[in-house]
Amino acid sequence: MYKNFLRYLISAIFLITFSISAKADFKVGFVYIGPTGDHGWTYQHDEGRKAVEAAGIKTTYVESVKYGADAERVIRQLAQSGHDLIFTTSFGYMDATNKVAKDFPNVKFEHATGYKREHSNVSTYSARFYQGRTILGHIAGKLTKTNTIGYIASFPIPEVIRGINAMTLAAQKVNPNIKTKIVWVFSWYDPGKEAEAAQALIDQGADIIMQHTDSTAPVQTAEKAGIWSFGQASDMQRFAPKSILTSIIDDWAPYYVERAIAARDGTWSQQDTWHGLKEGMVAMSPYNKGMGADLVKEAEQLQKDLASGKIHSFTGPIYDQKGNILVAEGKVADDGMLLGMNVYVKGVEGDIPK
Amino acid sequence: MEDLLIRIEKRNDVPTTLYFFTPFIAIILTIIGGGIIFYALGFNPVEALKFYFITPISNLYGLSELLLKATPLCLIAIGLSFCFKSNNWNIGAEGQLTFGAIVGGGVALLFYNQDGFYILPLIIIAGAIGGMIFALIPAILKTYFNTNEILVSLMLVYVSKLILDYLVVGPWSNPEGFNFPETRQFSDSSRMPLLFEGLRIHAGIFIALAAVLVSWFVLYKTYLGFQIKVSGLSLKTAKYAGFKGKTMILIVFMISGACAGLAGVGEITGPIGQLHRMISPDYGFTAIIVAFLGRLNPFGIIFASLVVSLTYLGAETAQIFLQIPQYTGQVFQGMILFFLLASDYLLFFKIKFQNFSKNELRH
Repeated sequence: MYKNFLRYLISAIFLITFSISAKADFKVGFVYIGPTGDHGWTYQHDEGRKAVEAAGIKTTYVESVKYGADAERVIRQLAQSGHDLIFTTSFGYMDATNKVAKDFPNVKFEHATGYKREHSNVSTYSARFYQGRTILGHIAGKLTKTNTIGYIASFPIPEVIRGINAMTLAAQKVNPNIKTKIVWVFSWYDPGKEAEAAQALIDQGADIIMQHTDSTAPVQTAEKAGIWSFGQASDMQRFAPKSILTSIIDDWAPYYVERAIAARDGTWSQQDTWHGLKEGMVAMSPYNKGMGADLVKEAEQLQKDLASGKIHSFTGPIYDQKGNILVAEGKVADDGMLLGMNVYVKGVEGDIPK
Repeated sequence: MEDLLIRIEKRNDVPTTLYFFTPFIAIILTIIGGGIIFYALGFNPVEALKFYFITPISNLYGLSELLLKATPLCLIAIGLSFCFKSNNWNIGAEGQLTFGAIVGGGVALLFYNQDGFYILPLIIIAGAIGGMIFALIPAILKTYFNTNEILVSLMLVYVSKLILDYLVVGPWSNPEGFNFPETRQFSDSSRMPLLFEGLRIHAGIFIALAAVLVSWFVLYKTYLGFQIKVSGLSLKTAKYAGFKGKTMILIVFMISGACAGLAGVGEITGPIGQLHRMISPDYGFTAIIVAFLGRLNPFGIIFASLVVSLTYLGAETAQIFLQIPQYTGQVFQGMILFFLLASDYLLFFKIKFQNFSKNELRH
């Protein structure tokens, strides 16, 4: 009896405190996995945030938020301190986002690259980065002399494997002898590890480096070694001016502005967004002239065709490492297959960590 | 000609009250130092400090988060105090925490989707044993092979993290988790009961409080505690008194490891609910600061763990409200330790400025 009373009392105080602290201006919160100065993934999300701010909406961010117990607290704190829309910008925030969303039905949540929308106030969004990877693969296949492409990968989730496969398929199309070597660093942002991985790949004969991690360390290592590289998430050209052929740019700004305005005006509804080159969520930075005028032209044409849908990154025949057919000749992989991708295609070396 | 000479002398009698008072001085100096840093960064220092130290605990939810964060820090620091008091430098609590979490998490996965009141206690015991075993490695190497426990325990942190990596990426990864390096979410029977609805504070806090009471009793009321303290003050005296040094080293490491293992289990069965690669934001290392700030005293450690937890929460709040970089939290923790060590130095030594003529010096 007494225990129950205490419980209700505490819940009541709790409810009152956060209902008081809530309200006032419309505010948007962002949760980042890395520092805003990573010049990659988080940097690009923060550019998106600035665009929201420029549209006249107040924003807040918390950077370098670790997965796990801390993530849930930060998201909860944002929800509680009067933020009306919260973007959680890394895959690992998926469960925490859904958990907090359950307790704050009036706050809208947008989770990047996830697939769980357990409550009606959670949307997910991601970009078709793999389209950019196709362009990188084409360029890499044409330029490599050792036929070895080095790939620094973060976590073996479908999104990352999709990128590896898209790149390898495109490279094979122009150079059937291509081998993709991969080093898994199990982190999104760890400049030290990323640089070591890049060096290890170079030592194994890779003469082109690309990465699915967030720092500029790999391109800087490539620049030092005098080999080609690609930027990831943002235009990293200024960190390795000679080495970088092009960067895949994630442009979140238009989406963030659109969603923030929708939430403010009450027209926000749950959705699952997966935009690519066509919508501009994925873009390519200017191509390095060092690759030759012809190749620049090819890359630009490929970019157009991918955007228009004339070319699909995953067009059959596609085989897995053992030679089993994954996508039949003349067919393209559907989104369901892309979203659950967890096997390497032929030409990728090694096994997916399991 | 005269030269200024600075001499450092040991003080003979340091008052106990002053000894327990210096941590407060360190905290006050940290707050002042923090204010100066905020001012230099262009923030209003009073406002920044308010967001740092008051806003995070101005409501019930904040208080519960403070206790949630302080629980593992307190537990680990209690364990470490046994080691540090007896001159055993266990720096690897982070590794013992991780290994405890691995063993406890393994049990939780073993009982996945099963019910039973015995499951959670089993997990907790498994975690304590895991931490204990992992702490025994540096202890045994030290007692029988004379290795340096600082290096061994520290290096084992990386070993434990790699074991965890291997397990969550490979054999224990969630079959429905799209290859993301994490295990399944534990079943409810494997989770720490929550104390209040809507708050994350869980029953693990009672384990920490029990550890405080037991450690106070052991340290101050038992023969073992006496041995530990004497060995810390003077190894020679301890040997002369005929204490079995080796057994004691093994025991303090086991206590320390068990506490760290319990902290790990508390995290994974509490707020996290699964195993993944980032189960601890370096609690094992931060607890070293907590142990010293608390003067290796069980009740001092409770206080210290709350203060240090507040620096974590404050860093988040300050960033949310003022966009102050989150890394200031680490700066604050560093400053606390620095000011504590500095005031300790001044407490135990006095600095004398004296004027000597050269002739006098040469005599």
